[in-house]
Amino acid sequence: MKEVNHFRRFLLWYLATTIPLTLIVVLVLAPGMPPGNGTVQASAVVADNTVFLGVASVIFMAVLVYFVYSLIAFRERNPSVVTEGPAIRGHPQIQLWWIVVTMGIVLFLTAYGTIRLLEGGSGGGQGPNPIAVPSPPAGTKPLQVQVIAQQWQFTYRYPAYGGVETPSIEIPTNTLVEFHVTSLDVIHSFWAYQLNVKADANPGVDNIAYAQTKGPLFFNVRCSELCGLWHGYMFNSGRVVPRAQFASWIALQQRQFGAARRSLPPYTRQYFPTPLRRG
Amino acid sequence: MSGFARRLLGTTIVTAALAAAIAVYIAVFLTASPPSAGAVQTASGPHLYLGSVASAELSDQHPTWVSFYAVNATSTRWTHATTYVLPAHTLVHVTIYQFDSQTGLRNPLYGHATGMIPGTYTVDGKRVQGIDPTTAAHIFAVPQIGLTVPLEGISANAKNPCSNAPCSLSTAHHTMSFAFRTPGKGLYRWQCFVPCAAGFIQGNGGPMQTIGYMGGFLKIV
Repeated sequence: MKEVNHFRRFLLWYLATTIPLTLIVVLVLAPGMPPGNGTVQASAVVADNTVFLGVASVIFMAVLVYFVYSLIAFRERNPSVVTEGPAIRGHPQIQLWWIVVTMGIVLFLTAYGTIRLLEGGSGGGQGPNPIAVPSPPAGTKPLQVQVIAQQWQFTYRYPAYGGVETPSIEIPTNTLVEFHVTSLDVIHSFWAYQLNVKADANPGVDNIAYAQTKGPLFFNVRCSELCGLWHGYMFNSGRVVPRAQFASWIALQQRQFGAARRSLPPYTRQYFPTPLRRG
Repeated sequence: MSGFARRLLGTTIVTAALAAAIAVYIAVFLTASPPSAGAVQTASGPHLYLGSVASAELSDQHPTWVSFYAVNATSTRWTHATTYVLPAHTLVHVTIYQFDSQTGLRNPLYGHATGMIPGTYTVDGKRVQGIDPTTAAHIFAVPQIGLTVPLEGISANAKNPCSNAPCSLSTAHHTMSFAFRTPGKGLYRWQCFVPCAAGFIQGNGGPMQTIGYMGGFLKIV
């Protein structure tokens, strides 16, 4: 009787199922996953997730197809003749391949993750001296927005517009936004989900993160560091709007909070509020 | 009755009593809600009267904690409640009798009032847009609807200050009045933005971290 080549048969099954599934994952499912494509940084995360999901699909299918193949191919249909199989004594060739393949996957993911963090990790808080600094679109300058966290609300300061501070946030389209995140009391975290910006807000620290906006966008802001009683309520939302609309909005804020601006301390990268009489 | 029967009966009674006690505890926990207060109906619409004091009543479990109270128009009836029930989509008038001293704001932005109708409010009858941030005692803020009203604190040299709730209008105080339009039905948290918790790190512990003192809800119905 002709010996069945299990490896070849398994490989055929594997390729027949994995190639279409991986294509579906990479081309259809992954590109639509959060955080979306609202900013260059968000798109970079979607691209990374696509790569990781693609690699994971290939590995997952190898395990699944082998599992199913074993259930079918190695099942003894006559229980009365069940006997122990031959003892496994090792197989240097398989062991070598196992080490090479798994090490290759791990090294690839390490290298990929490191390179992507260095070149595209600008959405995460990088401290006061950021490593990943994106270039602004030609002919534009980065827009600084200071994010000030306090129990339990974020406020936003625009140094390029006289240091006006507002309780809401809007930013223009096609602009590199440089977020300077700090806190006036405890540790918070500024998480602008659709912008793919997440930066800790530490008192006395200027934590810098970037978002390169594209088109108009609505985004949610949440505190992602447990910060006290009303942490769950420390959220608001913002918008990426066309430049003309942003100019109107910031002018309105300057009028509305003009009086309050006179009471604000001069704009700096971090604040150390004077000890209060009670505290 | 045999010894075994007595032990069985005793065990059954103790177990039943324990189960009943646990059931009562869970029922009380599930049905308990913090005390609430509503607005008074006046000719100009619903009117909510509040008081803010340096220290709660002496009978309170935290008599040294700063606190808000629901009061009546003459400040003679005080209810320790920070959940306020208000009608939806309605212009609500609010009067706050503020008996506490000045603390100052950590973020001076909150010295600027927002969200009232019209865009100003009154401090002791004088119409203002905000106050000097260093003189704030408290803030009545509902961030979800953009309402921020800073409350002026009494001077450190004020004569006849009130130490503990309830406080009479004959003691030193400021009166803040404003109106705002309530949103749709739901629970909206309100809080004070002044780090006013005396004796706690950064002034943000104790009453600032406990519902029923410097924060609560607007229950819009």
